[in-house]
Amino acid sequence: MRAPLSWIKEFVEIPSSITPEMISDGLIRVGFEVEGIISQGDSLIGPLKIGKVLTIEEIAEFKKPIRFVGLDCGEAEVRYVICGATNFTVGDLVVVALPGAILPGDFVIAARETYGKISNGMICSGRELGISEDHAGIIVLSPDSVSIGEDALSALQIVDVIFDVAVNPDRGYALSIRGIAREVAASLNLDFKDPIEEIKKISFDESGKGPDVIIDDPSGASVIYLRSLTEFNPKTPTPLWMSRRLEKMGMRSISFAVDVTNYVMLELGQPLHAFDSAKITGSLHIRRAGSSKDFTTLDSQKRILDPQDLVVADDSKVLALAGTMGGEESEISPNTIAISLESARFDPVSIAKNSRRHKLSTEASRRLERGVDPSLAQYASARAAELLVTVGGAKYLGTSSAGEPKYPAVIDFDPQYVSRVLGLEVKPNVVKEKLEIIGCDVDEVSWKVDPPSWRSDLIAAWDLVEEVARMIGYDSIPSVLPPRPLHASLTPSQKRKRLISQTLAARGFNEVQTFPFVNEETVAQMGYVGDRAKSYRIANPMSEDAPLLRTHLLPGLAAVAQRNIGRGIKNFAIFEIGSIFRNTQDLISGINPEIGVRPDPQTIESIFESVPPQLTHLGAILVGDISQSSWKQKSRTYEWSDALGFVEDILEICGLNWTIERSQFAPWHPGRCAEFIVDGKPVAHAGELHPRVVAQFSLPPRSCAFVINLDALPMSQVVKAQEIKVMPAAIQDVALLVDEKTSSLSVESALRSGAGELLESIVLFDRYDQIGDQKISLGFTLTFRASDRTLTGSEISAAREAAVLRAMNDCGAILRTI
Amino acid sequence: MQSGEIAQWVVDAQSAFQGAKDLDELKLARLAHLGDKSAIAGASRSLGNVEPSQKAELGKAIGEAKSAITIALETATQLLEVQRDARVLVDEVVDITLPPARAHKGGLHPITIIKNEISDFFIEQGFSVAEGPELESGWLNFDALNIPADHPARTMQDTFFIEPLESGMVLRTQTSPVQIRTMLTQEPPIYIISPGRTFRADELDSTHSPVFHQVEGLVIDKEITMAHLKGTLDAFAAHMFGSDAKTRLRPSFFPFTEPSAEVDLFFNGRWIEWGGCGMVNPKVLATCGIDTEIYSGFAFGMGLERTLMVRHGISDMHEIVEGDIRFTQQFGIGL
Repeated sequence: MRAPLSWIKEFVEIPSSITPEMISDGLIRVGFEVEGIISQGDSLIGPLKIGKVLTIEEIAEFKKPIRFVGLDCGEAEVRYVICGATNFTVGDLVVVALPGAILPGDFVIAARETYGKISNGMICSGRELGISEDHAGIIVLSPDSVSIGEDALSALQIVDVIFDVAVNPDRGYALSIRGIAREVAASLNLDFKDPIEEIKKISFDESGKGPDVIIDDPSGASVIYLRSLTEFNPKTPTPLWMSRRLEKMGMRSISFAVDVTNYVMLELGQPLHAFDSAKITGSLHIRRAGSSKDFTTLDSQKRILDPQDLVVADDSKVLALAGTMGGEESEISPNTIAISLESARFDPVSIAKNSRRHKLSTEASRRLERGVDPSLAQYASARAAELLVTVGGAKYLGTSSAGEPKYPAVIDFDPQYVSRVLGLEVKPNVVKEKLEIIGCDVDEVSWKVDPPSWRSDLIAAWDLVEEVARMIGYDSIPSVLPPRPLHASLTPSQKRKRLISQTLAARGFNEVQTFPFVNEETVAQMGYVGDRAKSYRIANPMSEDAPLLRTHLLPGLAAVAQRNIGRGIKNFAIFEIGSIFRNTQDLISGINPEIGVRPDPQTIESIFESVPPQLTHLGAILVGDISQSSWKQKSRTYEWSDALGFVEDILEICGLNWTIERSQFAPWHPGRCAEFIVDGKPVAHAGELHPRVVAQFSLPPRSCAFVINLDALPMSQVVKAQEIKVMPAAIQDVALLVDEKTSSLSVESALRSGAGELLESIVLFDRYDQIGDQKISLGFTLTFRASDRTLTGSEISAAREAAVLRAMNDCGAILRTI
Repeated sequence: MQSGEIAQWVVDAQSAFQGAKDLDELKLARLAHLGDKSAIAGASRSLGNVEPSQKAELGKAIGEAKSAITIALETATQLLEVQRDARVLVDEVVDITLPPARAHKGGLHPITIIKNEISDFFIEQGFSVAEGPELESGWLNFDALNIPADHPARTMQDTFFIEPLESGMVLRTQTSPVQIRTMLTQEPPIYIISPGRTFRADELDSTHSPVFHQVEGLVIDKEITMAHLKGTLDAFAAHMFGSDAKTRLRPSFFPFTEPSAEVDLFFNGRWIEWGGCGMVNPKVLATCGIDTEIYSGFAFGMGLERTLMVRHGISDMHEIVEGDIRFTQQFGIGL
């Protein structure tokens, strides 16, 4: 919302000692962000005069049209200047910068010879004066608004300061000069003169009757005024003071009748619509679109109506999308002489829906959906009608109205409540004073507070506290630490997550955070099936390239790996901890209980259950060398077993026991993927990525990955300490020939169970696969120890033989002689 | 055989040992002066031929000489061994500037680091860290926070909606639904922060990302005032940005707080927008079944990306979201 200082000053007497920066600071203090202060004309120095075009000599020999213009600037002599614009004719009034003037950008005007003539000044465009972006031609003024030789600086009100103010959605009243001026006055402790007081004095002599107005649907509007006028002069030019203000507000002058509705809206905050009365058949109705199908708005767009759209209609057809945009058919035309001015307090929600359904946010809808002062239906329309009468020569016909303004309810208020909320002692007389500044009526005996008509946002006691607080200034509230609980800590799972991520980072992994969005193609390429192929879809994705929520972390990690490789980083490990989303639960229709009271337990439970579970996963991709190559040694590359090793490390720091099984699980290599099982449930997968996936993401061959479902990891049990055995250990190596398809784990398990309880540990120290005949050799070191004695040779041999025998029986192993 | 001769042997041996330049020369000297062929060894052997009357005296003299020579040998040996050991250590000097073999340089994402840091600060203040789902019910994300369906405030946040639209499910636009979940399931006093990932349909550019992070704080207790809110924010700012950092509150509007305020931060000589805050709207408390006659509270929220960018001088959001490991490596583990 823009607000020119010259306009604010109509309603607030601002002493010259108050600078624009002080006004801006004041607005910020009371909650209005000032996004810009535009100083117009401060780098412009006159003389700048209004001149009348007397003669035009076209000079044709140059590339572009050049005119040599004779001007009457109220001087003794005719002034001649060269001009490159052509949008004027003899008799027009224009703005002339005389020699000695300085235009914005240090553009010094001097008499000079150009195009073979002496040019004694310059005819100016809006942009050259720094007052508009219009550079299509020079400014041509209406003869009614200025006179020859007049100082153009003051005639055009060029010197001004325009504040660009951000207005929060709860403060619809401030989308007007009236509202901003009130805040300026309040923040600087100045007197505010409400323009409504003057408008209330306006009265009209009714000379006839215009269309009736009927609110068919009371949920759509509380009050509406329709003022009809006739004998309007459609050729009425918009007065310069009005068009200049519209320009400063960022609007263009269209025609006087339309300009009046915009001007009054900007001044008071009430959107108005001017209908051509001749186009209204019968009465004006506020109703839902119902069976009405479509109509064309004044931007020439055909609108397909929703039955719930709030419209303004006559007896036969829709005339306007209420509070949003008028219709093309009934708008003011260059020949309109009979005007009906509509001014209504429409229901904010209905207007918001109109605006959203038709993707049409207008100056009117922006104000009405935030709530407009209901008294303005009457007063703003009176103000506009008066302008049409006094400036546009119109004759007042009559007033129709329907409904009643609905004002904000009286609030029972405890003045002590302010101190209780703010933590700052505020005396009741101060509370009263501050509430009165914002327009409330306060009864200091009963402490009933009547909010002003324009503050429909003031509903409850706490709304009043904010008003008092911002008028006192938030800076005066002290800074005190609250009482706090003595102790808090991270939860065990939060601690675990932190430990895991720090461990990985310490071991050379880099954490990344990827967007959780994917597409069907990637899901198919990764080879996901089952739950991991079922995702939720975003209705309005950033891009159609990624409309689905991720079901697994690896697609995002693979893309990040690819990006790093593309930037020349060849050896790295990256990981991410994040949520995944699997469509394992159909989404039910939203449960939206009333707010302001606690929903019943069943409803709360249903809302919680309507949100599908979202697991927290840890994913990682390992690419290239496992460590930095050095002058001593070239690093080996990551391989499938490293991925398994990292998973084991993580499970171990979580204090868990696991088993592993071979798994065929996308997107891993089907022969090189392990599934980790804890308490009978799969918790992780690790191994080499599928060669197809490696190729798709241009990763180096044999890149590896692991994924751990952190939510599936149980909390560890309290450790039961084992006795540390101190008697001597006996170490025995055995080498076994087995079929190459036999897993080392099965052989190890057989040895372990055969060895009995004297076995302390078992380690695979050798694997030899060059024997041929589809056999491999596995070498194990078995360590035996008793807690109470040194083992004898025969005890040791017996245990070793029992172990080997079990491996022979269970795995078909053959003992090799070493 | 004269005693003077024996004494000369000792002197000769001592000087030979002392003159040995290394252990090899010492060995030769030992063989010459103490070995089988040495004069003293010869004298010992010939002691049998000596007259008995002189035998005892001469034997004693030879014994003493032997032990003197032996002591001299040990002294020389020790000296030369020390010299040899020292020389070996000198010879074994390496170039310790050669780069050692290293693991790759790892690091946590700075958003994680700053999240941990904020969590630790608030835990010290007695707050717990609450978390919640990213795919969230619209009622918890909007309605319960006093943002009704057709209120202009809803359009303040460009929301990602999930199909089917009737479900009302959204990618949470703020971590505030965690506050609602906490208030619906716990009794006051409540002291929590809720750091987490949030979503808004903003194009990725140098200062915006459709996926970003917030930390919000919520306190519900008896007699909680806006002064407590200010105190908490000041302590938070000082912890994150140093003791010179200040905060300033400006009146603003959020449907879930009343009064509401923008939090500005004074850092590196200028004021910047940091977050939003306010006293929890009693309507929100009532929706959660909290007795507004007894309890009041405050809430605040900041963007973690913004906090990170301001504190570490990061000018481009792309660096935070792209996953280039060189970006992460700068921050280490954050300890």
